[in-house]
Amino acid sequence: MATKTEFNNPVIRWVDERLPVFTYLDHEYNQFPMPKNLNYWWNFGALASVALVVMILTGIMLAMQYTAHVDLAFESVERIMRDVNYGWLLRYIHMNGASMFFIVVYIHLFRGLYYGSYKAPRELLWMLGVVIILLMMATAFMGYVLPWGQMSFWGATVITNLFSAIPIVGDWIVTWLWGGFSVDNPTLNRFYALHYLMPFVLFAVVGLHVVALHVNGSTNPTGVEVQSPRDTVSFHPYFTAKDSVGLVAFLFVFAAFVFFAPNFFGEPDNYIKANPLQTPPHIVPEWYFLPFYAILRAVPDNFIGAWMGFTLISAKLAGVIAMFGSIAVLFLLPWLDTSKVRSARFRPWYKWFFWLFLLDCLLLGYIGSQPAEGIFIWIGRGATAWYFAHFLVFFPLLGWFETPKPLPTSISEPVLKEDS
Amino acid sequence: MADEVQTPESDDEGARRREFLYLATLGVGAVGAAAFAWPIIDSMNPAADVLALSSVEVDLGPIQVGQSITVKWRGRPVFIRRRTPDEIKAARVAELAELIDPQPDEERVQQPEWLILVGVCTHLGCIPLGQKSGEPRGDYGGWFCPCHGSHYDTSGRIRFGPAPKNLEVPGYTFLDDSTVRIG
Repeated sequence: MATKTEFNNPVIRWVDERLPVFTYLDHEYNQFPMPKNLNYWWNFGALASVALVVMILTGIMLAMQYTAHVDLAFESVERIMRDVNYGWLLRYIHMNGASMFFIVVYIHLFRGLYYGSYKAPRELLWMLGVVIILLMMATAFMGYVLPWGQMSFWGATVITNLFSAIPIVGDWIVTWLWGGFSVDNPTLNRFYALHYLMPFVLFAVVGLHVVALHVNGSTNPTGVEVQSPRDTVSFHPYFTAKDSVGLVAFLFVFAAFVFFAPNFFGEPDNYIKANPLQTPPHIVPEWYFLPFYAILRAVPDNFIGAWMGFTLISAKLAGVIAMFGSIAVLFLLPWLDTSKVRSARFRPWYKWFFWLFLLDCLLLGYIGSQPAEGIFIWIGRGATAWYFAHFLVFFPLLGWFETPKPLPTSISEPVLKEDS
Repeated sequence: MADEVQTPESDDEGARRREFLYLATLGVGAVGAAAFAWPIIDSMNPAADVLALSSVEVDLGPIQVGQSITVKWRGRPVFIRRRTPDEIKAARVAELAELIDPQPDEERVQQPEWLILVGVCTHLGCIPLGQKSGEPRGDYGGWFCPCHGSHYDTSGRIRFGPAPKNLEVPGYTFLDDSTVRIG
């Protein structure tokens, strides 16, 4: 596959003989064989890594201007917006960058679901991806607390209170997380420290994700493994070029939000300084948490018999378990999907279930943004049931009952057929 | 790793000694790691200055029957309501079997007139409404949490909604007839 490149530049050769970084880069990003039939849905992994780098860069610059203290945090963010040179730009890039990061990662995830990218031998690659999403969520949640607005404060209060649902040690854990008896200065300080740390942990796990990817290489839209060099082209210039096209389109969208609708994803309440004695009338999380928020609230109050005079498990705990379960189930997906066929292109039934699942997630997102009352409660419960049924019932059964379409013998075969 | 010249007996002896040393090293290492982990974990618990600020004295004199005030204690609101005879009666006649978190009103107050509660919804930590006149007090005349719709009665007990527990009663002592120390 890959041949050893001799470097002409004597300095590069001298370094490479002692620390083979150039050989590594050449092997993994220049010569690396990529399936030649990748479509634009395969751009989103690269876009996500660009988003991560943008977040780290702007984040470091913001950290130089920010003060993590309950009396000063809100004012220091306003100072960044008004007085710091290009502070408004850095903050708006960072704020919208979080949303952009989640958009590309969610698309990347659904790409994986559609084309069966999680199947053997790429289970660990997939699971590292789920770890990345969990780390992103933790990082985004703590970052949202830092401006110390009303939503920052009450979002932090509601989410940290989830841990009080844990039996026996719950209250102790919440006090420990807070470093006090409510979300207060110690909480803000530790969230700031962790918000600075986590992106670098994230960066390391992304590194592992890429290492795991380069063991077996990318999947492709047919889901048929690469069989010969005829099925591949080198990463450079073919995919550096294709990724660049996608990157330009992505940056267009990103810039459009930053310059023309910077607060589109935000909540007006977060421009009111945090007030521990007044809860805003309607607490909503950031959009990327809405489906999970809907699942949290979907478990009925009297689901497990609180009204029968005994309580095995409170509705609050059940909701928390359901919310974390909705992510945990992703870890099991490689074993829940019993079909031997990867790509939904050749799975006539799964294809429909995929689109229904996507709609279900969007519906959950909408429900999460609405107050938990009336019809919304019932839709939320139905959508939550469908979410779990998709993984725990449909995935195992589809593999048994579905008759897949015939697979091509190689990536090249369908193309060669069209030619002749 | 046993040397070839060793007899089987001494080899066996050597393996046991090695195993013991291995386990002993591992055990001491684990104890050391745990001893080091605890200060790190505990450093995140409330610090001495946070704990030092954990009591507050309140003058109850100006509060009329039927009125409520909110004081800040440990960064959280504490509700103090001087209950009317009707409110006390409503709290006392409630059937314990009907309650989500059964507890008689007598256990929740030191003096029937003074109801003192931590004003934090036990669901997810919002501040329930019902302190100011004009705010909704829910179906049971106590407090109503706007976040997810929990209703509390005139004893601060959860009666309807997702909250699992009654509003917490903080530790407090009456210093005299019109002064209470919370915490």
